[in-house]
Amino acid sequence: MTTPQLAAGGREIKVSAHSRDRLIRAHRLPNIWCPGCGIGIVLEAYTRVLEKSNIPPERQVAISGIGCTGRFAGYLDLDSYHTTHGRAIAFATGMSVANPDLEIFVIAGDGDISTIGGNHLIHAARRNVDINVIMVNNFNYGMTGGQHGATTPTGAKTYTSPYGNVESPFNIPYLVAAAGASFVARWTTIHANQLFKAIRRMTEVEGFTFLEVISPCPPTFGELNGFPEALDTMKYFREKSVVDDGADLRTLPITMHPEDPLVVGNFVDKRRESYQELLRQMQLRASGVGHQ
Amino acid sequence: MSKNGGVLSPGTYFMMGNFACVEAAIMAGCRLFAGYPITPSSEIFERACTRFPQVGGYAVEMEDEIASMAALVGASYAGSKVMTATSGPGFSLMMENIGLAFMMEAPSVVVNVQRGGPSTGVPTLVGQGDMMQARWGTHGDTEMIAYCPSSVQEFFDLTIQAFNTAEKFRTPVFVMADQVVGMMSERLRVPPIEEIEIVERLAAKPPGSSDLGLPFDYSRDFVPMPIAGTGCRVNVESLTHDSRGYPSTEHSVSQAMMAHLLGKIRNHASEIWRWQEYLVDDADVVVIAYGSTARSALSAVKAARSKQIKAGLLRLITPWPFPDKIVEKISSRVNTIVVPEINYGQMIHPIRENSKCPVVGVNLAPGTLIEPRTITDALELVA
Ligand SMILES: Cc1ncc(C[n+]2csc(CCOP(=O)(O)OP(=O)(O)O)c2C)c(N)n1
Ligand code: SF4
Repeated sequence: MTTPQLAAGGREIKVSAHSRDRLIRAHRLPNIWCPGCGIGIVLEAYTRVLEKSNIPPERQVAISGIGCTGRFAGYLDLDSYHTTHGRAIAFATGMSVANPDLEIFVIAGDGDISTIGGNHLIHAARRNVDINVIMVNNFNYGMTGGQHGATTPTGAKTYTSPYGNVESPFNIPYLVAAAGASFVARWTTIHANQLFKAIRRMTEVEGFTFLEVISPCPPTFGELNGFPEALDTMKYFREKSVVDDGADLRTLPITMHPEDPLVVGNFVDKRRESYQELLRQMQLRASGVGHQ
Repeated sequence: MSKNGGVLSPGTYFMMGNFACVEAAIMAGCRLFAGYPITPSSEIFERACTRFPQVGGYAVEMEDEIASMAALVGASYAGSKVMTATSGPGFSLMMENIGLAFMMEAPSVVVNVQRGGPSTGVPTLVGQGDMMQARWGTHGDTEMIAYCPSSVQEFFDLTIQAFNTAEKFRTPVFVMADQVVGMMSERLRVPPIEEIEIVERLAAKPPGSSDLGLPFDYSRDFVPMPIAGTGCRVNVESLTHDSRGYPSTEHSVSQAMMAHLLGKIRNHASEIWRWQEYLVDDADVVVIAYGSTARSALSAVKAARSKQIKAGLLRLITPWPFPDKIVEKISSRVNTIVVPEINYGQMIHPIRENSKCPVVGVNLAPGTLIEPRTITDALELVA
């Protein structure tokens, strides 16, 4: 790659290569994300896991939908897919059934995963399809300029809820756990280490694994809701986060209200036969039965 | 697995069209079906659920048709030959991801056993109302390839053909059957598998190998497909992309990509076209029909001939890409063309656009076959 020059405290640091270069399409940088956007932090945690993992890059697949987070897959030097809005999980389901040896991550926005794609989310969790889903939750549709979706807190202002959102947001971990996921976690973008560990755990757990990452979006959600700079959001994360792996999932809705806590943790980590495993068993039962 | 690897033994069967379609898919090498039930296509899905696991494949029931089509594109990129089956309302739901399959150049076969519409229409009865949806249903400019079987035998043969075309052109291909063809049972001759031409996927070689080309090379019509997990590590895009697969808003990229996507089909349209002529050479009036309607049309032409009307039949087997040259040629030597359809006028539009003579439609609301009598009456009227 070319030699980027980074200014730090007036000094110039020359870097010829980064250890993560083999996993990133560095020649495609800079990325499209705004300054202060949390998606890059997720990319950092994810590639760190890939770097440390024993799974060869050839077997790793990244799939995204549409939106700012949807661009995630394209920056990775893996088999990467930018699919249609909301359908990344369905696309991944087909791919993983066709080739269960692939280590598939779907990385997409909250609009993508829980709003337009909400149906696919609950069904993939119900079937326990052996894929990993990272949902970057910035409480709004970032790319289309800040409209509300299924995770926007009640009362929050967006360009389609100018008088305050009248709808109730999904409590995503509760929903996905109830549907049957094998692993369910939530962290924010200040939890760099916990993000890394959660994503690494997702590569180990068979079945449907899910991580919600609470992430700043300064120019749209932040601007309208009292977090105009990424730092304001990060400060809120630091002050209000309560780590509780054993939290009662019913108590997890997020308000982003200055008074309210933000419960994070690895809430579910259990063993249940994956969809692929069950399909394989079914195939064994079927083989040997001649055609009718 | 039984002898033959589980594929249907050669021989003669009495079989339902929808079942014949599944057996053909298995022979063509399809091992993944993703679907959602809808009349009158459900027997395809149900038989696939029984048969695919027997031959080392899967038929999965997704949550809807949107998911089914998205899953097919994913599975296609995992290296499988893939299919789904649906009818009008489900076809509509698939449209966005049919566009994705076209854009990502993902071979996939979509069988539409047409029923009556619009909306839920008459679910259990015949219609031919999705012909234009097949051509124009998704967004943007596309070229869609479609086959229209008129018999159980043809439903079988054209399903295999559809897989071959999908693989060769790296594109979604439709089999536009209708309720009559899907649900009737008739004679089916299954040849030994060695006698069937099967086109296998051209997969890209991973890096390091000498012939790794650009994954979306726009200088060639047929480009090997980078399959997930084989080390190609390619970005596959729903956005307008350059030949490396990277998204771009450059107009030159959009132009090159569209020229490639449309050109690979347009440049080879005459190889794709399939049609059948009956007594066309000396005809004064020709019926152009497709699907189950073509069977009524054949009887009508025979009846007209017995009344000294010089009638002929052109049966469209590939409605899309539209065989314009064939229609143009025939229309320049006959007086009138008659187009019977179980809709209020769909294929009549491209036929009229490419005809040198007057074109009249015989149209019927969905729910029943067009009887030969009705077409013969029309022939008498225009002769
Ligand atoms: C079917 C469809 N509807 C709408 C859009 C327009 N669209 C593009 S991005 C987007 C929102 C993405 O929001 P989210 O998934 O939360 O991701 P973010 O941009 O916030 O990361 C929408 C609605 C689309 N591309 N496709
Ligand atoms: S709009 Fe929001 S989500 Fe999109 S890049 Fe900017 S900060 Fe990130």
